[in-house]
Amino acid sequence: MSAPLWPGALAAGLVTALAIAFMWAESEWEVVAVLAAAAVGAVLARRTGWLAPAARAFTEREPAMLRLGIVGLFVFVGFFHDDHFPLLMAGTVLVYFLVCLGLTIQFGYAGMVNFAAAAFLGVGCYTAAVLTAHTAIPHLLVLAIGGAVAALVGSILILPVLRTRGHYSAVVTIAFVLLFKTFLEVNDTLGGPQGLKLPSMQVLGWKFNQNFSVAGVEFSFYVSYVLVALLLVILGFAVTRRLERSWIGLSLDAVRLDETAAACFGVHIARWKIVAFTLGNFMAGVAGALYALMLGFIAPTNFTFGDSLIMVSIILLGGIGNPWGAALAAAIVVMLPEKLQLIQEYRFLLFAALVILVLLYRPGGLLPRRLRVYLPGWKPR
Amino acid sequence: MDAGLLAQFVANGLMLGMMYALVAVGFTLFFGVLDVIKFSHGDVLTVGTFAGFSTYLGLQALGAANPWLQVLAVLLVATGSMAILGALIAKYLVMPLKSAPPLNILLVTLMLGTVLRECVRLFFPDGANPKRFPRLLPDDAMALGSFNLRLDSVLLFLAGLAVIVAIHVLINRTKLGLAIRAVAQDEETAKTMGINFTLIVLVTFAVGSAAAAFAGVMNGLYYSEINFGMGLLLGVIGFSAAIVGGLGNIYGAILGGFLFAALQTVGAVALPFASAYKDVFAFAVVIAIMAWRPTGLIAEKTSERV
Repeated sequence: MSAPLWPGALAAGLVTALAIAFMWAESEWEVVAVLAAAAVGAVLARRTGWLAPAARAFTEREPAMLRLGIVGLFVFVGFFHDDHFPLLMAGTVLVYFLVCLGLTIQFGYAGMVNFAAAAFLGVGCYTAAVLTAHTAIPHLLVLAIGGAVAALVGSILILPVLRTRGHYSAVVTIAFVLLFKTFLEVNDTLGGPQGLKLPSMQVLGWKFNQNFSVAGVEFSFYVSYVLVALLLVILGFAVTRRLERSWIGLSLDAVRLDETAAACFGVHIARWKIVAFTLGNFMAGVAGALYALMLGFIAPTNFTFGDSLIMVSIILLGGIGNPWGAALAAAIVVMLPEKLQLIQEYRFLLFAALVILVLLYRPGGLLPRRLRVYLPGWKPR
Repeated sequence: MDAGLLAQFVANGLMLGMMYALVAVGFTLFFGVLDVIKFSHGDVLTVGTFAGFSTYLGLQALGAANPWLQVLAVLLVATGSMAILGALIAKYLVMPLKSAPPLNILLVTLMLGTVLRECVRLFFPDGANPKRFPRLLPDDAMALGSFNLRLDSVLLFLAGLAVIVAIHVLINRTKLGLAIRAVAQDEETAKTMGINFTLIVLVTFAVGSAAAAFAGVMNGLYYSEINFGMGLLLGVIGFSAAIVGGLGNIYGAILGGFLFAALQTVGAVALPFASAYKDVFAFAVVIAIMAWRPTGLIAEKTSERV
């Protein structure tokens, strides 16, 4: 007996409506009103116990919910079909979500710290910039190569990351992200501090940087990028979920929870750490390649330690190890500061304070990861 | 390269190493007593420097223009106020999270650092722009060929050395230091021996934060310029230095600090590529050292508890 779908559908519909209202709101007061309504709604839903059936729908009817999420995104895109800014935001959220799926595999499953996510995103970006400028490789392939190069660059770090633990491991990745940004700034062949420009993305002769119209309705050129990003996110989500539910996910969980015990039971710790690290970096690299093509311009300031921290805070805010939480948190973290021009100046301050409060009072994040369901229909208590 | 220029680089490297060591000592002290990394350390340094700068502005406004008096007041206010701030952070943010996952503590303190940094940027008058820090110490220069030794650099270096020696004496020769070492070694046993755990932790955080504020004022006096982001890189470098040296060990922190400054100097002077790559070189060597000695150059004496 599986959970009814309609509470989940209702929740997905409400979130979509909220996102549309949020991007639609013009004045500061409208934005604040939408946010207040969302906060009150969330608290009320929690108090009245309406959140539980929705949460059950998300865990037990996941494929259906995934389809509903995609439908929600299409409604969002359809609503803003000729408006550049909301679509760029949607694309950015999807790119960040893809990076955070990679981080979920690293932090959430294998328990590896990686504070260099922005650097691997940057590797993907710069790979795409160089390849599109100097070669005629098809752009879809460029996305894959971006991921592969990020994974390759990440393999330099594998030895120190495998040998170190905890804080010592953190310093390796922090040193790498600082090294990477400094390198980009002083390297003139990669554009130095001014960065690089990219041409428009092109797939099978379809130019992405042109508005197009279907049945007389004009669509913004960002719609194409959002669709490609969505495709990649679906792939990434499927890989992450399949990985988690497979015996590989079990091994990764064992490695995270207790390395000594896992090794005693014959789990090859180094192997699974390498797999998780490489796969996560690959996803960040693919996301980076698409991000660079979407923005059309990249500079070293996009890949600082601070950006890595924002990505790590997305997965901690969302609930570490839960891709749905990462999706929600990515939307909040990316869209909130952009829309609140009033607090633009104060956004880092408020954002940092918000993360501190969430970690103090809800250390598991907004949507904590559920216990693994070992058997169909098995209910963990 | 002529000897004078080389000496100039060495002097500059020693100065940087002293600052890094002072910051790294804080990280290692905090890790010793609580087993946590307090990442807001670098931004505490910034706040301390700005507190010192405000003291200078206040004294100027009051007409107390004696530079020695000003240096003394700037140092006292900076270290004193940061000692209090460090203890407050420990009491209200770090201690309650003591049993949380290390990642959460790391992130909370990182975010606290962002809050402090942004507060300086937004609420200090014209805080977004770099400020000219006054040159309060006598800057008589002594020229030895092309090597130019300024008196204020010598004084700063000696003062930094004095602070490090003072911390060393405090940890190794006093009753308070004995209590700090006891807490670092075993919290439970220290408590049963009648040591006030909370007090010792707060004092340790105060001492470490004061050292960072001292390093910040040193940085301001040496470079004659301060800005709201100065603590970020100093903090990260101090953290790397503490890790490379080996956490929980003061000598490791000092070694790491000077080692990092040496790497930057070598990267700027002795290597074939452009000196702009000095940080790239230094961080690359840090990564290599971590691969070679995963628990730092002076390793922690711990064994796996199963």
